[in-house]
Amino acid sequence: METLAEIIKFINFSFSYSGSTTPILKNINLSIEEGDFVLLVGPSGCGKSTLLRCINGLIPHLYNGAYEGEVIVDGELVKNKNVNELATKVGFVFQNPENQIFMFSVEKDIVFGLENIGLERNEIDIRLKWVLHALGIEHLRYKPPYELSDGQKQRVAIAGVLAMKPKILILDEPTSLLDPRTALDFILLLGELNKKFGLTIIVVEHRIDLLTNVANKIIVLDKGEIVFKGLLKEIIKNKNLNLYGVGVPPVIALQNNLRDEDIIFDEVYLNVKDFAKEIKRRLI
Amino acid sequence: MIEVESLYFKYPLSNDYVLKDINLKIGLGEVVGIMGGNGSGKTTLIKHFNGLLKPTKGTVKIFGKDTREESVAYFSKKVGLVFQNPGHQIFSDTVWNEIAFALKNFGFEEEIINKRVKWALEFFNLTQYKDTSPLLLSGGEKKRLCLASVLAWNPDFIILDEPTVGQDFLQKEKLIEIIKMLITQNKTVIVVSHDVEFIWLLQPRLILISNGVIVKDGDCKSVFKDNAILEKCGLTKPQLVELYEELYPLIEQMPVDIVEAHSMLLKLLRGSK
Ligand SMILES: Nc1ncnc2c1ncn2[C@@H]1O[C@H](COP(=O)(O)OP(=O)(O)OP(=O)(O)O)[C@@H](O)[C@H]1O
Ligand SMILES: Nc1ncnc2c1ncn2[C@@H]1O[C@H](COP(=O)(O)OP(=O)(O)OP(=O)(O)O)[C@@H](O)[C@H]1O
Ligand SMILES: [Mg+2]
Ligand SMILES: [Mg+2]
Repeated sequence: METLAEIIKFINFSFSYSGSTTPILKNINLSIEEGDFVLLVGPSGCGKSTLLRCINGLIPHLYNGAYEGEVIVDGELVKNKNVNELATKVGFVFQNPENQIFMFSVEKDIVFGLENIGLERNEIDIRLKWVLHALGIEHLRYKPPYELSDGQKQRVAIAGVLAMKPKILILDEPTSLLDPRTALDFILLLGELNKKFGLTIIVVEHRIDLLTNVANKIIVLDKGEIVFKGLLKEIIKNKNLNLYGVGVPPVIALQNNLRDEDIIFDEVYLNVKDFAKEIKRRLI
Repeated sequence: MIEVESLYFKYPLSNDYVLKDINLKIGLGEVVGIMGGNGSGKTTLIKHFNGLLKPTKGTVKIFGKDTREESVAYFSKKVGLVFQNPGHQIFSDTVWNEIAFALKNFGFEEEIINKRVKWALEFFNLTQYKDTSPLLLSGGEKKRLCLASVLAWNPDFIILDEPTVGQDFLQKEKLIEIIKMLITQNKTVIVVSHDVEFIWLLQPRLILISNGVIVKDGDCKSVFKDNAILEKCGLTKPQLVELYEELYPLIEQMPVDIVEAHSMLLKLLRGSK
């Protein structure tokens, strides 16, 4: 018997876009539990964004193709739900923020979704203030989207999704345009939302050094197939990750290389401080 | 050569200057990184480097020519700009045509066009998509298509706005390789990026912008030692710099890559036994 609730499940799932001859996702079997913080990685073009589209229902509802097997989100088959219903459960931050911002001002953009689900004015105000503050965009509140820098657009796109307080949060390279400080703060915020409220989070990110301290699971996709899945701490030390275009952070690469020289660490040190401490300890 | 003198810029309808008193010279054969917080003015600045934006005050000269005096098309042949957002750059019906587009516009001969397009497709792992619509590519593939299109016409200055977005580790390594190759051909590559690990591997001359002002212009290593400035610009440190700081003076130099760091650590750990 399972003890934890499976919130997302792929069963013998394959998909190819109509018109393309090769399947983009092949025989995916996957279950994600409520409260997981999953890092999804793999080489460019391997099918990460496609996999995410299967969770929020864009596939099969907006993209046509050959759809085999099942995708279940929060107990229901995605193919039987419509995209709008799913959207209240699954918050989705697109790879390209410009696919996401439509309204005439930052404020309107954030409020739009909240009004749509019929929230009270008071609650809307509270959430608006929260996300404007959390993403550091108070000063942009009344600006139109075309006057924003690229990173500012990404912040607005994230704010709009966070404000909806979805049960599942899916982010396709959410920090790619954020400056390093903001990216770090945002990832820490995700970690907090995950811990405090049990929010289920799936993030695609190539800069995985940012996520090693908050994510607990990792899925590695290659040519549409899952090649690794499991606990981040376990999988991150696998040297073969490099073969799949996964750039392990320098601090972890160093531990892997030292292991080849028979310098063994009992633990995987995910950040530089802990690693350096261990090095110094060994020198005494 | 790009020469910027007392450049001030504000967008129409806006009262605030987005760039303030920028002075800068960038020569051939340089690799230059530009970093700074969101909204600090990086993209606005590089749009001046091919005449896409003209100074509100001050001047920008490209190979001695004031950007107010010629068209964007004229400067583009010498200065290739790859935008952050591929959507702003892709127009053609197939990947092949997208790369060939500018080459045709610049009047290259058919044979050269074919050669260049083939080279670019191969280099960026896009050959299998040559007859595909660019709209169907993944995020990272689109980005590589934009890089391929610009590199194909072989400009002297190559300006990349956030080139690592959507790129996996192997593609990033390739990008570093190509930038280094371009430098040996005496080209100049200017990279705007938030990716500190990538910038560290590139070891460029690094320019930091905060609030429309250049606050630092120096070699990569010295910039990443300047804590106050890093804080001001919202920058974090590359892991290898952090490691150096944690272990100093046990290691005396900043390792520029994993290989160097590895041998430093090995010496340290073996030496002690
Ligand atoms: N709408 C579409 N129609 C046909 N093929 C598509 C479509 N969208 C993506 N593809 C193809 O499917 C494959 C997987 O694309 P996907 O966007 O899922 O990759 P990805 O892993 O997210 O890549 P990246 O890291 O570059 O964003 C790619 O080869 C891409 O060219
Ligand atoms: N078309 C525009 N009209 C008015 N203001 C604009 C316009 N484009 C950008 N801005 C403003 O100019 C400032 C600088 O924007 P720019 O795009 O140069 O920043 P950036 O340093 O590239 O940021 P990012 O890291 O987010 O890409 C920002 O405050 C932005 O809001
Ligand atoms: Mg993608
Ligand atoms: Mg920018």
